[in-house]
Amino acid sequence: MPQRRIRLAQGRVVDPSQGVDQVADLVIEGNRVLGLDAPAAAEEEVVDVSGKVVVPGLVDLYAELREPGYEEDETIATGVEAALAGGFTSLAAAPNTQPPVDTQAAVEFLQHQAARAGGARVWPVACASRGAAGEELAEIGQLVQAGAMAFSDADRPIRDPGLMRRVFQYCGMFQRPVFSFPEVPELAQGVMHEGTVSMILGLKAIPAAAEVVAVSRDVTLAEATGGRLHLTHISTAGAIEVLRRAKARGVQVTASITPFHLALTDEALRSFDSRFKIRPPLRSREDVEACLQAVADGTIDAICSGHSPRCEEKKVQDLDLAPFGAVSLETTLAAVITYLIRPGHLDWLTAVERLSTAPARILGIPAGTLTPGSPADVTIIDPEVRWVVRPEQFRSRSRSCPFAGQKLWGQVAGVLVDGQWKLKRLE
Amino acid sequence: MAQASSQLSALELPSVSWRRRHLLGLEELSAEEIRTVLEVASRFAQVPATAPLPELLQGKTVVNLFFEDSTRTRTSFALAVRRLGGEVIDFQASASSLSKGETILDTARTIEAMGVDAVVIRHRTPGAPHLLAQNLQASVINAGDGPHEHPTQALLDMLTILQHRGSLEGLTVALVGDIAHSRTARSNIWGLTRLGAHVILCGPATLVSRRWEALGVEVSYSLDDILPRCDVLNLLRIQFERQQSRPFPSVREYAHLYAMNRQRLEQAKPNVLIMAPGPINRGVEITADVADGSHSVILKQVTNGVAVRMAVLWLCLCVAQQDGQP
Repeated sequence: MPQRRIRLAQGRVVDPSQGVDQVADLVIEGNRVLGLDAPAAAEEEVVDVSGKVVVPGLVDLYAELREPGYEEDETIATGVEAALAGGFTSLAAAPNTQPPVDTQAAVEFLQHQAARAGGARVWPVACASRGAAGEELAEIGQLVQAGAMAFSDADRPIRDPGLMRRVFQYCGMFQRPVFSFPEVPELAQGVMHEGTVSMILGLKAIPAAAEVVAVSRDVTLAEATGGRLHLTHISTAGAIEVLRRAKARGVQVTASITPFHLALTDEALRSFDSRFKIRPPLRSREDVEACLQAVADGTIDAICSGHSPRCEEKKVQDLDLAPFGAVSLETTLAAVITYLIRPGHLDWLTAVERLSTAPARILGIPAGTLTPGSPADVTIIDPEVRWVVRPEQFRSRSRSCPFAGQKLWGQVAGVLVDGQWKLKRLE
Repeated sequence: MAQASSQLSALELPSVSWRRRHLLGLEELSAEEIRTVLEVASRFAQVPATAPLPELLQGKTVVNLFFEDSTRTRTSFALAVRRLGGEVIDFQASASSLSKGETILDTARTIEAMGVDAVVIRHRTPGAPHLLAQNLQASVINAGDGPHEHPTQALLDMLTILQHRGSLEGLTVALVGDIAHSRTARSNIWGLTRLGAHVILCGPATLVSRRWEALGVEVSYSLDDILPRCDVLNLLRIQFERQQSRPFPSVREYAHLYAMNRQRLEQAKPNVLIMAPGPINRGVEITADVADGSHSVILKQVTNGVAVRMAVLWLCLCVAQQDGQP
């Protein structure tokens, strides 16, 4: 019996893995990509996507799903629903739940809940240290068998350089990358970026050095051990310099950045609004310029959502008490279109590379491509729709978003995961 | 406004224009607005403490919402309200439902629902008064938000200088000590520079940022170097309670480098004014003989505090409302 066929007709197909950016029919057969402009079959679903952009499903390298333990912020079901709404077909789930993801059972719970929810694909990131306590190695070998794709203590960076070195050595055995949130906790005792704005506001501040020192340490240890390092959140010009030199030496290091750190600066904190209290903090204009340059030239490999939902009860407080965090899955793509593509910092091919192809490569998953035979994870984008960010309409359970109230360009018109329609706003 | 001033017999208040219901900081005030407050305050200051004042705040209720301990500022605001015939309620935040997990906003809304005209707030976090101002109908007066601003303190400092020097234009004023954690310093920087004074920030490098220089302020690490040039020395208290780790090796070393003592006083201008926002750590920023000496105007500052707060309350609660009406 022939498999079901879908023809996405006459869209602008952008696939960095093949260097393709052209108007074509993308044909899907069963759960696989058949190819571009395949001859018509007797029975196929033809969907007119002219005027739309057809890309390999977006892949997120950092999203917190908060379940188990913090279901008031997000659940796995609402998180993967939000991911789909934002055009993500795959996401790497950060392990900072309660209890944290440091056992086979926890990895499997995540996979089961994600399968039940039936949204985007969820790829577990497991703790590098037991309980993310930063004291001893987690059972990394067993976690790999359970399906962990990468190892990280997420937003609790490992302080002890000796342990970090062993993490690199040990993860290397299993060809798994170490995801590091680069921040020296002792330097990061604040609520915003240290600069003129924090000086004027009198807010406790986090210097850029908190990130630069951590990146320098991690890069040095990755180089010394031959380990693979991915820096999940880059935000400073100084870190980019270290990264650039490390890459030139051939160190196995990659990095991602959130759209917030490409679109906003520490000036936002003048409102004293805790929506803008995110981690790493919003940096200076000079840092943002350096980050834009680094995303364009590939020093920063990927753009991640950095989705870190925190419920209103926690967020609507003064800046000292409000936790760091922002909802991001449903605005990441539109922010990239609005702040990177439309002003000319990135072309579509490079933007999709940063949002899909590169993150898939970093995570080591079969995604980020529309080559024949690859899994049919596809995102269809209407780039000409302009919409106002209204967090109360988010699928995510939390509402605190730095882009709230802003007008962004670009809407997700359709999402296919494994050849199945998960979201369809098309005729 | 004309009405408001004509009611007064013992007190001549100037005809003023004022549109702000809240006083959150001096950064957002124009030179003209700062002059207005100082002008009104100087009239209040001329009335002896025992003489009666017109009941400008009659029928108004002001709540002192202090989330941080304070004696002098709270008392000063309370006295200002009472002297003008208003009602004042002291809300002891630490003993209330905040310890039961209520947020500052819930607390403020609850108090407002009881019917108050103004909230005088002190809080350890910068921006807390701004959060209230965005969410309440009442006037919000910032009585200190963490290290951010303390507008009435800077205004009373400026009033004190004006009384002794007549003008701020061209004066050199040094703010000495813990600039990083000082709301008094920040409010003084905005107010003094706006009225034409030259400001020097002086203290250890761990407590004074060079970034201030970009805003037209001089930064120095040596008190002895700048001393001979200063017309006013405002000696800020070391805020041990706000420091996350000690930013200088010892109190002894700090006093050695930055304490205002008799030897240093001899190097200063003969008519130098010695000020301190208090409470003072005697022997740390200032020695007892200097604090109590003839150059010291520390107690005058305290007296002026009441006058400044009367002026601010009258402007924000009475004049702003009249101006707001068509």
